[in-house]
Amino acid sequence: MQRKAILSEVSGPRQEQMTGLEGGFYQRDRSWHPAALTPQYKTSVLRSPQYPLLALENTISEMTGPRFGHGTIGPLDNDLIRNFAKTGDAIGQRIIVYGRVLDENARPVPGALVEFWQANAGGRYRHKKETYLAAIDPNFGGCGRAITDAEGRYWFRTIKPGAYPWPNGVNDWRPAHIHFSLFGHAFAQRLITQMYFEGDPMIWQCPIVSTIADKAAIDQLTAVLDRNATLPMDALAYKFDIVLRGRRSTMFENRMEGN
Amino acid sequence: MVQTLTTLKESPSQTAGPYVHIGATPNWVEITGVWDEDLGLVLVGPETKGERIIVKGRVFDGSGNVIKDALIEIWQADADGLYNSPEEKRGKADPNFVGWGRQPTDGTTGEYRFETIKPGRVPYKDGRLMAPHITVWIVARGINIGLHTRLYFGDEEAANAECPVLARIEHKFRLPTLIAARSEENGMPTYTFDIRL
Ligand SMILES: [Fe+2]
Repeated sequence: MQRKAILSEVSGPRQEQMTGLEGGFYQRDRSWHPAALTPQYKTSVLRSPQYPLLALENTISEMTGPRFGHGTIGPLDNDLIRNFAKTGDAIGQRIIVYGRVLDENARPVPGALVEFWQANAGGRYRHKKETYLAAIDPNFGGCGRAITDAEGRYWFRTIKPGAYPWPNGVNDWRPAHIHFSLFGHAFAQRLITQMYFEGDPMIWQCPIVSTIADKAAIDQLTAVLDRNATLPMDALAYKFDIVLRGRRSTMFENRMEGN
Repeated sequence: MVQTLTTLKESPSQTAGPYVHIGATPNWVEITGVWDEDLGLVLVGPETKGERIIVKGRVFDGSGNVIKDALIEIWQADADGLYNSPEEKRGKADPNFVGWGRQPTDGTTGEYRFETIKPGRVPYKDGRLMAPHITVWIVARGINIGLHTRLYFGDEEAANAECPVLARIEHKFRLPTLIAARSEENGMPTYTFDIRL
């Protein structure tokens, strides 16, 4: 009901002359993102596009996207300590992860679906292809999700994941990390990334982290310990803000002939 | 020093890794009881308007091997060419069609498969109609940043020929790689869309 009202408010030819109308998304800064072909991460060699990407200006197809209502989410979806618990809480360092989802214009992105998954405290995933010898925690599934509130905020409770070895070099290890998937308001904003933990020396030895060339970009994926947000006698807290692509605002329209 | 811009940088991407399904489709990897149903499995219900179709295919790496641990998402308009999104300003889409789907590639065959409807045409920014298409997004271990592509329909020759997006592709030999061939599978129109990295 409410949505229909919003739709009629911004549609119609009169609006097209309005200033401040939102246009396409800013071009992705490909030097800030990892390149597709990063030989130190061996799997990327055969899984990177061989031909240059086609440049596609944003159309309605990219500037729209699915929206997930708060009803999508169950009460334990953002509690990885309890959402798979069988006999008790998951084992490990109890932490809260919280932050905001913003766009490049520094505006909050409300209603964004944030999904996260991670290894257990020993660095082991609950997955049949996982072969690392660290023990499975019977009370830890490793997945969760949240939807951002009106200020773009999300939060969840979990245990700090362990570092784990992986087959790349003969002795490569991933730093402790949490995987994140984000839906903003448009399919052009779709993003999957990983969160690292402040002060972890393993960050600087990881062939996947180093697919990102700029140290400042790696720092952007590194959550900061927030002593003020800790739960006394319970859990540490890490703050992790995420930035999605922002939209151009068109102060002057540049319309093609006939439109 | 000159003034500074107040824009932020987009968070850099990192690979979805081998266990993306734990987060995206946990029930599919036997993590059950956290939530009842994985998101994006079902696009079409009995009330959905439009021609029922199947979209399927496989993802191949640079050596021609099938990638069996990918995750595919699709986003498309309804049968009338409207998106079920608050960002859709042209009208109200079919409330019985979400337009978004998510499927893993099969761990054995590498095939992904969506049951959906054929989308209507959507205008380009200058008002000309694009050919019917589905937006496809691919992530997997070894893919550092999610890949967007488009699926066009092989039986839409006339619309494809006048699509302003397809017309902009400089190297014409790449054009057929965006077009899914139509066949029939158990009486259902089936479009096969293989993706080659
Ligand atoms: Fe991981």
